[in-house]
Parts: sequence; C-alpha cells; structure tokens
Amino acid sequence: MQETYERACYIERLGLFGCIQCGKCTAGCPLNYLTPFNIRKMVYEVLNSSGEEIASEKHEIWQCTTCSTCSSRCPKQIEPRDVIINLRSILVEDGNIPPQIRDVLKSISINYNPWRLGKEQRGEWSKGLALKDASEAELLYYVGCTPAFDPRLQKVAQAMVKAFNKAQIEFGTLGIEEVCCGSEIRRLGDIWSFDALREANTEIFNGYDNIKQIVTTSPHCYNTFKNEYPGLKPSVMHYTQFFSSLIDTGKLVLAKDFRKKITYHDPCFLGKQNKIYEEPRNILAHVPGSTFVEFDRNREASLCCEGGGGRMWIEIEDVKERLANIRVRAAAEMGVDIIAVACPFCLLTLEDAVKSNDLEGKIQVMDIMEIVAKTLT
Amino acid sequence: MPAKKIGVYICHCGVNIAATVAIDELKRFAEGLPHVKSAQNYMYVCSEPGQELIRKDIREKGLNRIVVAACSPRMHEPTFRAVLKSADINPYCLEIANIREQCSWVHHDKQTATDKAKGLLAAAVAKAALLEPLEEREVGVTPTALVIGGGIAGIQAALDIADNGFKVYLVEKDASIGGHMMQLDKTFPTLDCSACILTPKMADVKNHPNIELLAYSEVVDVKGFVGNFKVTVKKKPRYVLESICNACGQCAQYCPIVIDDAFNERLAKTRALHIPFPQAIPAKYVIDPEACRYLRDKSCRQCEQVCKELQAINLDQKEELVELDIGTIVVATGFDVFDARQKPELGYGKYENVITGLEFERLVSASGPNQGEIKIHGKKPRDVVFVQCVGSRDKTVGNEYCSRVCCMYTAKHAHLVREKIPDATITVFYIDVRAFGKGFEQFYDRVKGERVYYRRGNVSEIYRRGERLVVRAEDTLEGRAMEVEADLVVLAVGMVPNKGAKELAKLLKLSNSPDNFFLEAHPKLRPVDTGSEGVFLAGCCQGPKDIPDTVAQASASAAKAVIPLSQGKVKTETMVSVVQAEACRGCGFCVEACPYAAISLEEKKVRGKKKLVATVNEVLCKSCGACAAACLSGAIQQKSFTDEQILSVIAAIGKDY
Repeated sequence: MQETYERACYIERLGLFGCIQCGKCTAGCPLNYLTPFNIRKMVYEVLNSSGEEIASEKHEIWQCTTCSTCSSRCPKQIEPRDVIINLRSILVEDGNIPPQIRDVLKSISINYNPWRLGKEQRGEWSKGLALKDASEAELLYYVGCTPAFDPRLQKVAQAMVKAFNKAQIEFGTLGIEEVCCGSEIRRLGDIWSFDALREANTEIFNGYDNIKQIVTTSPHCYNTFKNEYPGLKPSVMHYTQFFSSLIDTGKLVLAKDFRKKITYHDPCFLGKQNKIYEEPRNILAHVPGSTFVEFDRNREASLCCEGGGGRMWIEIEDVKERLANIRVRAAAEMGVDIIAVACPFCLLTLEDAVKSNDLEGKIQVMDIMEIVAKTLT
Repeated sequence: MPAKKIGVYICHCGVNIAATVAIDELKRFAEGLPHVKSAQNYMYVCSEPGQELIRKDIREKGLNRIVVAACSPRMHEPTFRAVLKSADINPYCLEIANIREQCSWVHHDKQTATDKAKGLLAAAVAKAALLEPLEEREVGVTPTALVIGGGIAGIQAALDIADNGFKVYLVEKDASIGGHMMQLDKTFPTLDCSACILTPKMADVKNHPNIELLAYSEVVDVKGFVGNFKVTVKKKPRYVLESICNACGQCAQYCPIVIDDAFNERLAKTRALHIPFPQAIPAKYVIDPEACRYLRDKSCRQCEQVCKELQAINLDQKEELVELDIGTIVVATGFDVFDARQKPELGYGKYENVITGLEFERLVSASGPNQGEIKIHGKKPRDVVFVQCVGSRDKTVGNEYCSRVCCMYTAKHAHLVREKIPDATITVFYIDVRAFGKGFEQFYDRVKGERVYYRRGNVSEIYRRGERLVVRAEDTLEGRAMEVEADLVVLAVGMVPNKGAKELAKLLKLSNSPDNFFLEAHPKLRPVDTGSEGVFLAGCCQGPKDIPDTVAQASASAAKAVIPLSQGKVKTETMVSVVQAEACRGCGFCVEACPYAAISLEEKKVRGKKKLVATVNEVLCKSCGACAAACLSGAIQQKSFTDEQILSVIAAIGKDY
C-alpha cells in the first residue's frame, strides 16, 4: 500500500474545509505554551494557499512533537497533526530539511536506526543474556532502536528480560535483524522511507509463523504497529499492558519492598493516543512499600515531554522554558522520589530536566520496568 | 368484470424529472402498454390543474385504473387517492411509479435513466391492471389521551388536551411534575422567575377535572393501535399514602438517612424520606427505596412512629400495575444534561469549582443550597469563567448537533453573576454566539454591556495553579492562546435525550434521528407526528429547544393528538392480509412473524373438518406483509401486494428497455 502524497487534494482528504477555527487545537498544543507555534492558524493558511508556501516559510513546523493533543480534541475530528506531517513531507521531498534531520534519515537508510550507529551494534545490549531467536517463541519482544542503542535505555531492556524470565515467559528477539519501526520517520515527513520500513517489518513479522504476539518497549513502536501497520498479522501490545495482566493473573509477583514515593508521567503515545492509562498504574500499585501520587496534569492532560515527532533530534532555539522542566518541578513540589515513565523518550528528556534543574539526587527518573526489576527476587 | 382502462400521467416535475428522463419518449412507450387507454404528460401533476386533468379523463374516457409516474408515493399518494375518490372511482385503483427519487434524481445519463423509467412505468401499469378496489373501514377511538412526561412540555400538552374536553392521564416518573424547568432560576430573555411561571401551570394540572396525574409512575407496556391503545403503567410505591399525606414534613426531620439531593443536582443533602421540592405536585413525601434503612434491612421505623395521627406512612406498600385504555399518546420525556466527565480536559469531577450550567442554576436559585448566593467553598468567586459548547458540536463525544439553548443560558448566567457579584470579572469563551430568537440578540447586547468579556475560542484545558484554576483557550480573534485564572468555572453543558427514552422507544416503536433524539414524521412539515400513528412528540425529546419553542410544540402536539379523539373514529388499514383457509396448514409461522399480534391461529371448520387456521384481525393489521412472506403454503395474500401482482411487476422490470 503506497501512501502517495497528492499536493492538491490532501486538503479534502484531511477534511480541512470542516474546520470551524475554534482554536481548541492551539490552546491544547504543548508547544504553544512555549512558542508562537499556532496549529489552528496553520490549518487555515494551508486551506487558503498552497502547502509549499507554508512549508517553506514556517520553520516552526519542525517544533511539533506529534503528541496529537490537537487531533484528539478537535470537535470536528479533523487531524491537524497530519497537516504538519504533510507539510514536512513537502520539505523532505524537496530535500529542504534541517541538517540534523538529514542525518537521521540517512542513518535510517544505511543502518535501519536513527542513531547513526552501525546495525551490527544492535545486539550489544543483550550481551551475556542468552536470548532466544525470533523463530523460537510465540512472543516477540521488539526492543526498539533507542533501548537497543542508548546506554541509559539499555538498562530498561535488560530489566524487561529479567521480568520476562522471572515470569517464565518464553520470548524471542530479532537481535541485529531488528529494523526501525518507522514511527518517528513518518512523523518527520519521510513517508517514503516509512513505507519501506513498514513493508520490511511486516514481511519480517508475518514471515515467522510462530510469532503470535509482539510486545514493545516503546509506546511509539506500539502505536505505529497497532495503528499504522494494517497488514500486520501478530497482535501488538505495549509492555505495560502485557505485564499488568501477568501481575493480575499472579504469574509475576513483585515481592521485594521498594519504599519510594512514586508519580507516573503518562506518555503521549501510550495515553493520549491509545487511551492506555490504567495498566501502568496497576503495575505501580503492586510495588510493595511504595506510595503513589498523581500529577495534577495526569492521563489525557499529561504534559508532553517534547520527545516525539523527531524532537529527539531537533532543538528549538530562543525558548524560555522546556515542558520537561515544568514537569520535574511539579514532581519536586509533590515531594516524590521517583518519576515513573513508560517511554524511552520521556525517560531521556525528563532525566535531562532533572539534571538541568539541579534535582539530581533528589528525584530519579525510572522506567516502570526498572522499578519492577527492583522488586523481583 | 368491466374492461380495464388505465390512464397514465407522466410528470415533468419542472426539471426534476424532465431534465434526465425523456418525457416524450416515455409517453409514446406508455401508449403502447397493455390496457393503457390514454397517456398524458404534465408539468406538475400534483398541482390543481394536474389533478383536474386526471379527474376530467376519468369522467370522459371512463378510466378505472390510474398510474402516475412522478415523485415518491410518500409525497403525493394521499393527494392522488383523493383525486380518484373525487372522480368516483375506488382510491386504491392507483399505482405510482417513482421515476424521480428512484430514477431521475439518482442517474446522470439520459438514455439509461429513460430506459429505467420505462421499466418502472411498465411495472406500474402491469400491477395497476391487477389492482382490485379496496374497502376503507373505520374503527372507534377511546376518547382519552396519555401524556408521558410531566415537564413543561407534558404539562402544556395535557392542559390543552384537557381543555378540549378529553380525559388525559399524565404519567411522570419522578415524584413530582415540573421537570428541569422547575430547577431553573430565571429564564432568558425576559428574566422571568422559572418556578413562578411554572407553578401556576402545575396547579392547573392538579385541579383540572379532566387530568388524572400518575406521578412516580412509569409506562411499562403498550399494546394496540391508534384510537385503541392498552397501556400498562407501573405506579412505584412512595411508602407514603398519597391520599392521606398532608406534607407537614414532621416525618422527614426524624429520618436518619442523608442522601444527595437530586433536585439540587447533588449540591445539597436531603433525607431518604423527603419531598422533591417545596412546590411539588403532588405535594406528598416519598421514600428513596435504595437509601431507606427499613427497606434495606428492616432496621428502622422512625417515620411511621412520627406520623401517628394520620398514619400516612406504609413501609409495606407495593408497586401497582394499572391498565389504561388510551386513544392517543403524547411523548414528552425531555432531556438530560450532557455528562461533562466525558470531557476530562475540562476538569469536571476533578476540580470542585468546575460546575455545569444546571448546577449553577441551583446555586443561584433562592430555593437552592445557598439561598441564591453564589458561593464556592463558602466564598464568593471573584473571577468567573463560562465555557460554551461542552458536549455539543462535538464529534468526539458523538454529539454533532448544537444544543440551541446554551449561548442564551450562559448570557443569562453571566448577567446573574454581574447582578449578585458586582465587581466580579466575567469571561465567556465561545465559538459562535447563537442568539436567534425573539429578544435574544438584544439580551446578548445588554449582557455584554454589563462588562462581560466574550472571547472567541474553544476552551482546550483547565488545570490547577495553587488554589485557583487556569482556563486555557486561544483568543482566535487575537491569534494567540490565553489563560484566565478563575475561582469558578461554569460549563455550558448541552442536552442529550432523557435516559428513559430508549426503553420507551421500544414500547412505542419510535425511531431515533442520527442525533439520538426521537424522529419526527417529517422534519419540516410534520414535526410533532411520528412514524407510529397516534403517537406524538412534544419538547426536548424530539430535539433541544428552549421553553417558548417547547410550549409551542406541546400545544401543536396536543392539537394533533385531539384530532382522532374529537373525530371519534380512525381509518384502519386497507391493504390487509387475507388467509385462504383451505391452503393454511396451521403451522403458526405467520403468528411469529407478525409484529402487531394481528394474526392468530383459530379453530375453524374447513370443508367439514375442524382445523387450526390463521385468522387476521383486520383492525390490528398494519399491512406490513410479514405474514404473507412467512407463509410456507402461500395461503396468505396481502391485498394490493398479491403474489400475482408482485410477479407481474418483476416480469415487467426484467425486460430490456
């Protein structure tokens, strides 16, 4: 299925004529807290002139994190986020993109990951763990580029393996054969590379008759497999859904005390976009000795960490504040020890913010899986 | 049998048909069809001269069957039947070929459309040749109406029907009539006190000799048909004897159970034994069966002890079922407010100082929890923000429609805040302001002039900052997002159909429009009729509307409901099913198929032998044809839809044209 981009009629395809310019999108946009980025205005301008003009003039289209707050709240069910993706694809097609993005896209085509690291290094995180191959189990653990390559996130993947083993779950991995899911690539506007990645991945996953289920580390991979891979045969789950049900059925017991005050930051791609709010909380509720407090802005109101939509590779200049800073300061006010996350990007951006707010030693950012690993005997 | 003489009338319908179907070609084709004595074409056959043309031809050419090729029979079947009747031929010797909705309006190619029109016309002529005259019959009407719902719509309808001289049963599921209008403080645009204008009407209902009020009751079954309904009403037990209780209120002071006060939208408390509100009609107390200690575990009889003199409390009271004979029914079940918890970004249910418009009405009412003082946590708010379009104009919650009253009630609320808290800052976030009615725009102007800031932008989120709330929306006229701090936020929630409406719809066979409110027979021309004959709609159950429109519609509904009552008779269906007893095998499939319980197996003597034979009750039969289709033996034929007639239509359509 080729996603062809037709410049003239994407306005109708996205239903832009139905926009009543109510502004709910702009007012909910996390970027709008920081910059003059105005998605409502952009939708109106795209309707009235050509995408090319808008795309080349508005450098701020690279600021969008594709959190989808706009699309989820639009009362006319238009998708303003898709307008951004379409505008970006105009620029990608013309090669008119910031150098960081160019590097990312090049890395994808050479190494099948956005981190500019050789694909043969993709198995480093699991050295010494004796993992099964993908052909050997019904469950495939899809690690993802960031947990595979980033040293901080590798700890999360290792914790995941510990938990799988403790619950005696048989699972396989693709090892160095694993290829980027394409989520952020599509959101950066390179819909052509995304098509290629999707085709490759679908072929790989469907090619294994034994694979019935895929569990991902990242909500980004989960979201794209679940909602943007129509030909995929195995079912897809995010690890929070999988482990929540393991805990409920008693297959995984969190035994050791972990006496900390924990709060949970809902990731946009898990929460807002897929309405998965309770499973992560269920896991944390079973952490012995811990106390849990909610952010005021929880669930669908969670404040985007600014990690999605390619923002892991793009900096915004002249910005007075970062949303991640607001988030960790709110956590500090609540007196929490741990901010629990369920997404690699949230982990990296929030940890960064802890450091830049001098809260190191006072607040820790941990993936839910790392917390779980601490409670296993 | 007289020779069949068919007259064919082809309508141009202006250009609706003529632009796509070649009328002349169709007319020549018609002339060649069997039994066709004459074929005419005319610009608008439904017009007076068009009708006269048919009449004239019948008289002069001795026509005895008429085929009209025009628009859908839903438009003009009654019109043309009346024409036949006025020309002294049986009105059921009419067949209509729909060459508009089924042909010219759905095709572009002229040749294909014309060929299809020929097929449709040939089929109509073939059937017309086989049509038989049918008898029109009448049945009597019970001179009694039922109004379901005791809000302002039901009250008005009941009063109008009763003033016409007919008996009315008014059934209301709550313990008192009055509905939502009773909960309102002042009404727009006149700022009339709602309770003050409603209570006289409620008193009229109580005192009217023709109205029997069944409060705290629900309709549980409806059988029969127009003029002859049998309605079963369940009278729920109050545990307080209505005929004895004098509403002195002594008992309630001793009731130990405290519950949320539903009338005050749970902003206040009341007792399990309570009167819904001071001006309730019937003015009787009632016990909440889920809260009462005695009813749950038999562990308290305080109230009985207190009411020693009158002994009005009966904790063993049971529900009662009554059967009513009813002629016509008016449905006035009203609305519920949208549940704002479905919009979590607005913080309703999370923050105490985010309330709905209806909760605000109770706050600001003199009979409300604070005697009309607007207070949150005991303090007067200084910054009040109103949020429009909550749960309306919103596809994400499945309510695409506009709820019509919210722009005006919010303007009214803003005015009331200004009146009670002179130095408050008041902001209204809106998308459009709809001030369409009489006096509405002027009221809106006045309210803005009272220093109310109207900002154009749909509120996207409300979050907490310390003790205060922050309301975030884009001011789209300025092109930038803005945040307003508030200590009270009022959500202008829209209307959704009353939750009891679904069950009632099944009983009365009512359909819903796409917005889930009840479907009227025709949105423009028959706004109070329904698809079920004898059942009418009044008020918000048909769609969101304000009090003036509700009262107008209620009176319209009453006028329609009275027609069968005052005529004393209604026509029954003519195209009923007929059973050929000899062919009937008594299997009963037809009985299962019939949705109206109009066919049953009876023992009859057929050719000397006793056997079970399907028998049609022609008064109950609605001519749907389900029995005829279900019959395995082919023993049932529906008049004007016999097998022979249908097969002739199929044969004609199957040809190449």
